[in-house]
Amino acid sequence: MRYSQKCMANEEIKNTAAGSGVQPTTQQGFVYLPLIAGWLIPGAGHILQGKWVRGLLLAASVIGLFATGLVMHGKLYAGAHDILDILCMAGDLGNGLLYFAGRSGGWGTEQVMVTTADWGARFIVVAGMLNVIAAVDAHNLRTGRKS
Amino acid sequence: MTYFPAVLIFSLCASMVFAITQRDTPLRMLRYGVYCFALFVGASIVLSWLMFLIAR
Repeated sequence: MRYSQKCMANEEIKNTAAGSGVQPTTQQGFVYLPLIAGWLIPGAGHILQGKWVRGLLLAASVIGLFATGLVMHGKLYAGAHDILDILCMAGDLGNGLLYFAGRSGGWGTEQVMVTTADWGARFIVVAGMLNVIAAVDAHNLRTGRKS
Repeated sequence: MTYFPAVLIFSLCASMVFAITQRDTPLRMLRYGVYCFALFVGASIVLSWLMFLIAR
């Protein structure tokens, strides 16, 4: 079953390549580089592959959400006290270098009693998760799953 | 910053990422981005009114 699906997929690639005159791309270099670069620096995975507009828009979105979260006095999760904190910290870690820069710079650590602070913390978590989606998309572009 | 500008910023940023990652061509990205943005903002307004009416 698996073999036949693989054969069909290969036939499809051959037909597409023959019909459109496009040569199938070969995988060269480290395939996971866009994934790691995209995680560490938002949009870098796309920019590495020449998708400048997409990369800059993704960077603006993720950095914009992260910065808005900090402006709203959202906190960066540092310790894992309970399951929700662990999940939020995992989301924060998706921001890559932004998270580590924030931690080392002491951003989002003060206790602020503002009504929007809770939203700010969620903005930072969501920015991290969106950055992971963008990094996986860059990996898909690299492997040819997406054009 | 008040809640509504926060909703707009959140919707814009999330819609852009969804559009770029979930669609292939620029035109389809634009359409999907506008669709997601409208759904985010529309759902926020509708849910806000619902919560307001429930709380009264």
